[in-house]
Amino acid sequence: MQSNVNASASSKIRKARITIDWKSIGFNSVMPILAVLLALLAGAVMLLLLGANPLEAYAAMITGVFGSVSGLTQALVKATPLLLVGLGICIAFRASVINIGGEGQIILGALAGTWFSLEFDSWPGWLLIPTTIIAGFLAGGIWGFIPGILKARFQVNEILSTVMMNAIALQLMNLLLRGPLIDPAGVTAGTYLAQSERLPEQVWLSRLVPQTLLHTGLIIAILLAFVVYIFLWRTTLGYRIRAVGLNPDASRYAGISVPLNQALSLTLAGGFAGLAGVIEVIGVQHRLLEGITSGYGFSGIVAALFGGLHPLGLIPASVLFGGLLVGADKMQRAVQVPSALITAILGLVVLFVVGSAYLSRRWAARRLIAATKGDSGARLEAAPGMGMEVAGGEATPEEANP
Amino acid sequence: MKKAHTTFVLAMVLLAAMLLSACGGGGAGGDGETLRVAVVMPSSITDMAFSQSMYNALIAVQTEMGGESAMEIKYSENMFNVPDAAAAIRDYADQGFDIVIAHGSQYGSSVQEIAPDFPETTFAWGTDVNTFGMANVYAYTAAAEQGGYVNGVMAAMLTTSKQIGVTGPVEVGDAKTYIDGFTQGVASVDPNIQLSKTWTGSFSDVALMTEAAKTHIASGADVLTGSSQSVVGSIGAAKEAGNVLWFGTQQDQAALATNLVVASQVYDWTKMLKEIIASRKDGKLGGEQYTLQLANDGLKIAFNSGYSLPAEVKAAADAAIEGIKSGSITVQP
Amino acid sequence: MNDFFTATVVIGIITSAVRLATPYLYASIGEAFAQTSGVLNLGVDGIMLVGAFSGFYVTLETGNPWLGLLAAVLSGLLMGLLMSIISVTLKAEQGISGIGLYMFGLGLSSLLFKVLVGSVKTVSAFSPVRLPLLGNIPILGNIFFNQSLLVYGAFLLVPLAWWVMDKTTLGMKIKAVGQNPAAADSLGVNVNAVRYFSVCLGAVLAGIAGASLSLSLVNLFQENLTAGLGFIAVALVYFGGWRPLGILGGALLFSTVNSLQLWMQVKEANVDPEILIMLPYILTIVALIVASNRARSPAALNKPFERGEN
Repeated sequence: MQSNVNASASSKIRKARITIDWKSIGFNSVMPILAVLLALLAGAVMLLLLGANPLEAYAAMITGVFGSVSGLTQALVKATPLLLVGLGICIAFRASVINIGGEGQIILGALAGTWFSLEFDSWPGWLLIPTTIIAGFLAGGIWGFIPGILKARFQVNEILSTVMMNAIALQLMNLLLRGPLIDPAGVTAGTYLAQSERLPEQVWLSRLVPQTLLHTGLIIAILLAFVVYIFLWRTTLGYRIRAVGLNPDASRYAGISVPLNQALSLTLAGGFAGLAGVIEVIGVQHRLLEGITSGYGFSGIVAALFGGLHPLGLIPASVLFGGLLVGADKMQRAVQVPSALITAILGLVVLFVVGSAYLSRRWAARRLIAATKGDSGARLEAAPGMGMEVAGGEATPEEANP
Repeated sequence: MKKAHTTFVLAMVLLAAMLLSACGGGGAGGDGETLRVAVVMPSSITDMAFSQSMYNALIAVQTEMGGESAMEIKYSENMFNVPDAAAAIRDYADQGFDIVIAHGSQYGSSVQEIAPDFPETTFAWGTDVNTFGMANVYAYTAAAEQGGYVNGVMAAMLTTSKQIGVTGPVEVGDAKTYIDGFTQGVASVDPNIQLSKTWTGSFSDVALMTEAAKTHIASGADVLTGSSQSVVGSIGAAKEAGNVLWFGTQQDQAALATNLVVASQVYDWTKMLKEIIASRKDGKLGGEQYTLQLANDGLKIAFNSGYSLPAEVKAAADAAIEGIKSGSITVQP
Repeated sequence: MNDFFTATVVIGIITSAVRLATPYLYASIGEAFAQTSGVLNLGVDGIMLVGAFSGFYVTLETGNPWLGLLAAVLSGLLMGLLMSIISVTLKAEQGISGIGLYMFGLGLSSLLFKVLVGSVKTVSAFSPVRLPLLGNIPILGNIFFNQSLLVYGAFLLVPLAWWVMDKTTLGMKIKAVGQNPAAADSLGVNVNAVRYFSVCLGAVLAGIAGASLSLSLVNLFQENLTAGLGFIAVALVYFGGWRPLGILGGALLFSTVNSLQLWMQVKEANVDPEILIMLPYILTIVALIVASNRARSPAALNKPFERGEN
C-alpha cells in the first residue's frame, strides 16, 4: 500500500517538477523584480521631493552603466572585490557563520600585500605577483582565523569578535600608514599624506581595457569562484563545511567537528576578504591608502545575498550589484542629489529584495502543492526544501550559537 | 534556482529600463559662455572642514562671476572610494567640463591616469605638490602649519592654566602639519606650557572627539584646538565647559560657539580658483603648483569678532603673520 | 605620566566612562530584547542615526528637548516596524536585512540633515542635572549624580530591563519565543506579535540611544554621528550574555577602557595612540575569553518562525 502511494506520489512529483520549473522561475523572479521596482519607486518619491526628475535620474543610472565602455568597466572593477569578499561570505554562511569582519580582513590583506611587495621590490613580476597575493590571502586568513579559533575554543561569538577585529585592524592600518609605511615622498614634501609608497611596477596587475581601471584581478576572482564551487561541492572538506551548516547535530554524530569546521570557514572567509584587499591595492590603487576598504566588507555581504549565496551565482550578482552602485553614482552626478539619497535607496533595495525572497518561496511552495494534489500534498508541505534551492539561511539548523 | 533567479530578474529589470531609457537626458548643455566646473570631494560639503572649504570657495567665485549663468558647478561628495571618484572625475571630463577639481589627496593616481585623455580639460588636485609633469594638471596644497603657528602663539598667550589641549583625528596630512605648526607656535611663546595631544583614530567619530576634549578640560586645559570634521564635538565640549577657548582650522568655526572661538585658520581657495580660471582664458591649463600660504592670502586668520581679543595678543598674532610672510619665521611642517 | 594615578584622573575616567556608556546601554539592552525573542537586528546603528537626527531636529526647531526625545522614540518605532515587517513577517535573512536597514538609516538621516539643516549646528538639550542630596556626596556625587537625565535613564534601564525580562509574563513570553517558538505557539503565544514587540522595543531604545548622543553627549548632529557605535552595541549583547547586568558590565568595561586610553594620551603616555585606541576592543575580547560564564544564545535566534516548519 505504502509503496503504491509513494510510487504514484513520486511519479506525480517527477511530472510536477518538470511542469513547474518554468512557472516557478517565473514566480521566483516576479517578487525580486517587484522588490527592486518598489525600492526604486520609493527612491523616485524621494527624488521628486528633492526636486529632481526621477525619469532623468534612473535613465542616467542605466545609460551610465550600460551605455559606455567606461561604465561597464567601472561596474566590473567594483565587481571584483565584491565577488572576492562574497565568496568568503558564501563559505562562511554555508557553515552557518556570519562574517561581518570583512572590513578588517580586507585591511590586513591590503597591508600584507603592500608591505610584502615593497619589501621584495627587487623580485621579478612573475614571482612577486603570486607571492604578494598569497601574502594578502594569508594575512586576511589570520584575521579570520582569530575569531574562528576564539569561537571554537572559547565560544566567543563571532559577531562580537569580528566587530572588534574590524576596529583593531583600522587602527593597525593607521599606525602603519603614518609610520613605517608612509610614503617618503609625502614626508619630504611636508604633506604627510596617509598613503604608502607607490608599489613597484612589476607587481601591478595588467589593465584589461586601456584607459580604464579594469584589471586582471577580475579574471582571478572569476576563476576563484569556480574553485570555491568545486571546493564546496566536490571536496570532503567542503562537504564537511556544508554539513556543519545544514545539520550540526548529524555532523557531530558523524564525527565532523562543528567548531573546527566553522573556524575553518571563517579563516577562508577572511582569506578571501584579504584577497580583495591585496588585489585592490595591486590592481587598482597601486598603493595602500586610507579608505581602501570602501565598505566592501559590508557590500560584499549584500552581493552574496543577491547571488543566492552560491559561488557561481555570485559572478553575475556582483557584476549587477557593482553596476547598481556605479549607476547610483552616475545618477547622483546627473541630477545632483546628495549622495545620502543613494545610500538610502540602496538600503531599501536590500531590504525589499531580501524580504521578497520569502514571498517567492511561499508562492513556489503553493504552486508545488497545488500541482501535486492528493494525499502526497500534506507530506510535501511538511518537507521543506523539496524542489526548492537550499540556499543561505532558510535551512539554518538548530545550532545553539554560543 | 534562487541564485539564478535573483540575478536573472535584476538583469531583466535593467534591460527593460534600458529600452525605456531612450528618452534619457544626456549631459547638461550650457550655452557656450558658461564656465563649467566640477568638483569631487571625499567627504560631505557640510563637514565644516576640508570639503566644505572648497565648496564654499567655488560658490563665492560663482557669485562674484555673476551666478549660475556665468559658472556652472557640479559636485560629487562622500567619494571616499577612489575608483568611484575616478569614475566621477572621468565622467565630468567626458561631459565637457572645463575644470575638474579632484579635492582629495587620494585621487592622485586617478588624475594621473585620466588627465592625459582630456588635454583640453584643466584638472586641479590637492592636497599634494605633484603635477606629474602634465600641462593640464594643477596641484595644490595648504601650508596648514603656518596658521597653526599663529594660532599657537595666541593660544599660549591666552591660556591661564598653562595647559593646552589638542584633539586630533589621525596624525597624517594637514591635521598633522597644522598641529605641528601649532606646537611650534606655543613653544615660541612659552616652552613650559603643557601641550597635550590626543588622537581619536578617526576623522568622523564625533562622540570620541567630544570625550577627548572633555578629558583635556578635566585635566586642566583651558584652550583647545584640533582638526577634522569631528572637531565640532570638541567645540561643543568647550561650549559646555563655558570658559574654554577654541582655535579652528580649515574653516571659520566661529558660528559654532560665538564667544569662545578665538580665531580660525581659513583655507581660502578663491584666489587660486580665480587664477586657474584666468589662466585658462590665456590658454594655460595647468602645470603649476599652488600652496595656500599666509603670504599669498590663501591662508587667512579669521578673528572672531564675538570674542574680545586683548590687544597684545592681537599684536603678537599680527607679528607672527608678518614674520611668516616675510620669511623671518620658518615653520616646519 | 607620573601624575597619572591622581584623584583627578581616576575621577575623570569614571565620570567619562559613565557618560560614554550611555548610548551603548540603551542600544545594547534594546538589542538584547530583540535577540532574546529570536531576531538579530544588525541595523541598530542606522536606527540610532535616525533617532539622533529626529531628536536633534525637533529640538532645534521647537526648542523643547522632550519633544525631541519623543521624536527619537517615534522614529525608532517606525524603523523597528520596518525591520519587523521584513524580518518577522517576510522572514527575511536577518543578518542581511539588518545591514539593509543600517544603510537606509544612514542614508536617510544624512539626507534629511543635508536638506533640512544644512550645516552643523549645536543645540542646548539635556545638560547635566545634579541630583539633590545624592549629588552632594563628595567625589561620588560628581561622578555619578551630576549627569544628564538621559544618562540616568540609561542606568535605570538596567534594573528595569532585568525586571521585565525575568519577572514579568511578557519577559517569559519573549524568552519562550526565542528559545522554542513552536512550543510557545502551541501554548497560544502569538510568536510574531511578541517578536514585533521586541524588535520595536529594541528599535525605540536604539532611537533613544541616538538621541542620547545628539541631545546629551555631543549636542549636535553630523552625518554618520554614530560612526559604528551601533555595531559595538550589538557585539556587547553577546558579551553580556543577553542579560542586562552583563551588558552593563560590558558597556562599562568598554567605556572605561576608552576613557582610560584618552586620559593616557592627555597625560602623554609614551605609547602610539593607535595602540591605546585599540585597547577597548582588545580588552573586550580578552574579558570575554576570561569570563567563565558562557551564556547560551536564544536557540531560535536568527531563525524566522513558520508554524509547521520549525
